[in-house]
Amino acid sequence: MNLRMAWRKSLNIVMLSLTGVCALFTVSVLFFILGYLLWYGGKSLNWAFFTNLPAPVGETGGGMANAIVGSGKLMLLASLVGIPIGVLGGVYLAEFGGQTFSFLVRYTTDLLNGVPSIVMGIFAYTIIVLPMKHFSALAGGAALGVMMIPIAVRTTEESLRGVPLVLREGALALGTSKWRTVATVVMPAAIRGIVTGVMLTIARVAGETAPLLFTALSNKFWSSGWNQPIASLPVMIYTYAVGPYDDWHRQAWAAGLVLLGFVLLANVGARMMVSRGMAGGR
Amino acid sequence: MADTPITAARTRPSGRVGQFIHRLRGGDEVAHLITLMCAASIIAVTVMLVYQLYINSSLPRHKFGFEFFLGRTWDPVSGDFGALPFIYGTLVSSALALLLAVPLGVGAAVFLSELAPPRISTATTFVIELLAAVPSVIYGLLGIFVLIPILRKPVMPFLKHTLGFLPLFKGPIYGVSMLAAGVVLAIMIVPFIISVSREVLLAVPVEQREAALGLGATKWESTWQIVVPFARVGIFASIFLALARALGETMAVTMVIGNDPKISASLFAPGYSIAAVIANEFTEATGDLYLQALIELGLVLFLLTILINGLARLVIIATTQKGAARG
Amino acid sequence: MKLKLPLLGLVLGAALFAAGMITIVDSPSAAPAPSPAPAILINGAGATFPYPMYSKWFDEYHKLHPDLQFNYQSIGSGGGIRQILAGTVDFGASDGPMTDDQLKQAKVKILHFPTVLGADVPTYNIPGINQELNFTPDVLAGIFLGKITNWNDKAIASANPGVKFPDLDIVVVHRSDGSGTTYIWVDYLSKISPEWKTKVGTNTSVNWPVGLGGKGNEGVSGLVKQQPGSLGYVELIYAIQNHMTYGKVRNSSGAFVKADLASVTAAAAGAAKSMPDDFRVSITNAPGKEAYPISSFTWLLVPSKIDDPTKKKAIVDFLHWMLKDGQGMVEALSYAKLPKEVVAKETKAISLVM
Repeated sequence: MNLRMAWRKSLNIVMLSLTGVCALFTVSVLFFILGYLLWYGGKSLNWAFFTNLPAPVGETGGGMANAIVGSGKLMLLASLVGIPIGVLGGVYLAEFGGQTFSFLVRYTTDLLNGVPSIVMGIFAYTIIVLPMKHFSALAGGAALGVMMIPIAVRTTEESLRGVPLVLREGALALGTSKWRTVATVVMPAAIRGIVTGVMLTIARVAGETAPLLFTALSNKFWSSGWNQPIASLPVMIYTYAVGPYDDWHRQAWAAGLVLLGFVLLANVGARMMVSRGMAGGR
Repeated sequence: MADTPITAARTRPSGRVGQFIHRLRGGDEVAHLITLMCAASIIAVTVMLVYQLYINSSLPRHKFGFEFFLGRTWDPVSGDFGALPFIYGTLVSSALALLLAVPLGVGAAVFLSELAPPRISTATTFVIELLAAVPSVIYGLLGIFVLIPILRKPVMPFLKHTLGFLPLFKGPIYGVSMLAAGVVLAIMIVPFIISVSREVLLAVPVEQREAALGLGATKWESTWQIVVPFARVGIFASIFLALARALGETMAVTMVIGNDPKISASLFAPGYSIAAVIANEFTEATGDLYLQALIELGLVLFLLTILINGLARLVIIATTQKGAARG
Repeated sequence: MKLKLPLLGLVLGAALFAAGMITIVDSPSAAPAPSPAPAILINGAGATFPYPMYSKWFDEYHKLHPDLQFNYQSIGSGGGIRQILAGTVDFGASDGPMTDDQLKQAKVKILHFPTVLGADVPTYNIPGINQELNFTPDVLAGIFLGKITNWNDKAIASANPGVKFPDLDIVVVHRSDGSGTTYIWVDYLSKISPEWKTKVGTNTSVNWPVGLGGKGNEGVSGLVKQQPGSLGYVELIYAIQNHMTYGKVRNSSGAFVKADLASVTAAAAGAAKSMPDDFRVSITNAPGKEAYPISSFTWLLVPSKIDDPTKKKAIVDFLHWMLKDGQGMVEALSYAKLPKEVVAKETKAISLVM
C-alpha cells in the first residue's frame, strides 16, 4: 500500500466520521434543549402556575393561567382566518386552477411564507390596531392567521394532488359533478394530509412572539371577547426571561416547557398521522 | 363540466343574468367561486401588506431617500435615522450563522443519506426536523441562560487568547454579542439545511455512486466529488432557504445580540438587527418620522427576504436548465 | 342537497365549535379567578420606572373594586407617550414629561398627574466589591460618554479612597427602549456635563455613545445582574428587589448622597412650592444638602376628555384614591410620597378630566 493510498484511506475514515459527529451533534442539541427545559421547567411547574394570574411585580406566587388560555384563544382566532382561506385556496390550486392565475397564487403564497413575523406584526398594527384604536386579541389573531395561510395552502394542495386519478375518474364516470367529487371523494381521501398540515401550521404560530408584541400586547387579567389585549405564553416567556426577578425566570422556564411540550406533541402527532397513513395505505 | 349527461335534461333559461344564476345553481360554479375568492384573497392580503409598508414609510423615504441605507446614526432625539447598523447586523449575524450551519448541516446530511442505515436515518431526521419546530423565544430563553454564560467563560476568553490578534476577536467580552446571535441562528437554521440536503442527496441516482466506487474511489471521494456536486442545486436552495429564515428571526436574536446600533469589526461586540430594533422600539417610537423609519426598516427586511428567495429560485432554474442542456 | 352537507357541515361545525369555545372561555363562571360581574377593562401603558408601584396599586384597587380591571403594561415611557397620543390606550405613564411638540400632536389635551417620587440609581456588578461606591458627576458623565473605560480608572478611585478596584472593563448598560428612566438620567447628565448636553442631549431615547441595551428597567437590571463589570441606571426599587449594589452620587452641595425616602423627598422640596399648573417639572440636581440629585416625579398621562362615562368615572375615582390611600403604600416599595402641596394642587386638577 503506497503513501497516496494510505492518505486516501485515512481521509476517508476521518471525513466520514466527521459527518457522523455533525449528525450526532445536531441530534444532541435537541435532546439538550428538551432535557434542560424538562429539568428547569419541571422544577418550576406547580399548580399555582396553571391556575393563578400574574402577581404584582416582585412578589412570588403568580401564575400564567391567563397566558395559557390566551394562547389558546389566539390560536383559535388565527385558525378562523387561516384555515378556511388556506385549505380552500389549496383546493382551488389543486382542482380548479387556471395556468397564470394559479402561478400568481402560488408565487404570492411563497412570498407570504417568507414574510418575517415581525413585519406581519407591523401589518396587523397598521390595519387593525390603529383604526380600532386599541390593542386586541383580534389583531394578534389576524397576524397569526395570515401566517398560517401558506403552510395550509401548500399541504392541502399536495395532499389533494396525491389522491389517485382513478378515484376522481371513477366518480366522474358515475355522473357526479366536479364539486361533489372534490367534496365527497377527493377531500376525504386527502383528509389525513390536510389535517396534518393544519396541525403543523397551528403548532408553528403557537410559538410566535414577534407579531404579538404590538398587536395583542399582553394582559394582567383574563381577557374577554376579542377586543381586548390578551396575554400569551410566548410574550410572557420573553418578558420574564429578560427581567431580573428570579421568580420570573422560574416561571419563564415552566412556560417554556408547556409551550415546547405543546408544539412538539402537535408536530410528532402530525407526522405520525402521515406515516401511519402511508404504512396502512392504499 | 357542470352539466353531465344525466343532469343535462334541465332547460336552459334565456338572458345572460339568467344563465349566470342557472350556472350558479350547479354546485361546480359555486365551489369554483368560493375557492377562487379564497385564493384571490391571498393575493389581496399580500398586495395590501406591501402597500401598507410602502405608504406608512413615506416620511423617511422623502426625507432621507437613498441616504437611509448608508446612514450610521440612529438618533431619535435629532430625528436622524440611518439603517446601516441594522442592515450590517442582520447580514453579519446571518452570514456567521451560515458559516457555522452549512458545514454542520451538509455534513450531517451526508451522514444521514450515505452512511446511516435507513431506519436510523429516518428516525434521526425526524428528531432533527423537530428542532425546526422549536419556537424562537425558547431558543432565546436558552440563549440567555445557557449560551451566554458559556460564551462569557470559557469560549470567548479562549478565542481572545488564541485568535485575539484578529480584529474579529478583539474588545471587551460582554457575552451578549454578534457571536452569540450567530451561534443561536446557526442552531435554528441547521435543520432546514439538513432536511432539504438529505432529500436531494438521497435522490442522486445510485448509478453515480456505483460508477465512482467501481472506478476505485473511496466512499468519501465518491460522496464528495460525485454525489454532492450532483445534488449541488438542492443544497444551494437549502442554504438560501436557511438564509431567508435567519434574516427574519426576531426573538432569539434580540435576546442575545446586545441591542447596540453600532458597527464593529469584532464579533465580541454587541450589535443590532432590523427585526430586533423593530421589536424593541416599535411601541415607543414617539413621532411619526420615528415610527415610519421603523416601518421602512421592515420594508427593507421584507425586500431582502424576497430577494434571497428569488435568487434561490433563479439558481434552481439556471442550473436545471444547464443540466437539461447538457443532457 | 344531502351530498352538500358533509363539507358544509364540517365547516359550520368547526365555526360553531370555535365560537362556542370563545364564549365558554369568556363567561365569568368558567374563569377560575374571582371576577363575578362583567369587568370593565381599562388599559394603560408606559413607564417601567413606577411599574412595581402601579402593579401593586392596581392589584389592591382591583381587590377593592372587583368590577374594575386596570391592565397596565410596562413598555417604557416612550411607549406610554406614543400610545396615548395614538389613542390606543386609556391612559399612559411616563417619567419624562411630554414635550410641547408632543403635546401639540395630541388630538385631545393630555394632562399630567404626578403619582410618586422615585430615583435613578447607578447599579453595578463588580466581582469582589459589595460596598457602596461614590460617584461624582464627572465620573458618571465620563463613563457614559465612553471616556472612562476601566474600573481601575483614577477618577473613580479618587472618589473612593481605600477601595481596591480590579482591572475590569466597564460595561455600560442603558435602555434599548424609549424610557423615562433614561430621560431622568440624561436630564441629569445634561445638567452636570456640557459635553453630554451638546453631544447627546435629553430625550426618552438617545444616541448612546457606548453600552448594551436592555428592555425596560427589568431588562437593564437583568443585564447588570448577569454581566460582570457592568454599570447601569435603574429605578431604586429594582435595585432593592433584586439585591443589587448601588452607589451614592454627589449632589450640587458637594455631599455624597444615597437614594432613599429622605433624600428623594428633599429633592422635591423646592419644586413642591413652585409647581407649575401642568405639573411638568424636573428636579434633577436639585439644590439642598440632603437632596439626592437624580430624583424625579413620574406622571400618569390622562386625556382631558374621556368619552366613555364608566371609564372616566373609574379613572377619576382611581386618581383620588391614589392621592389618599395609594400614597400610604408607596414607602413600602421605596418610592417617596408626593409633597402635601402637590397633592392639594393635584386634587383640584383632577376636575379638569371631563
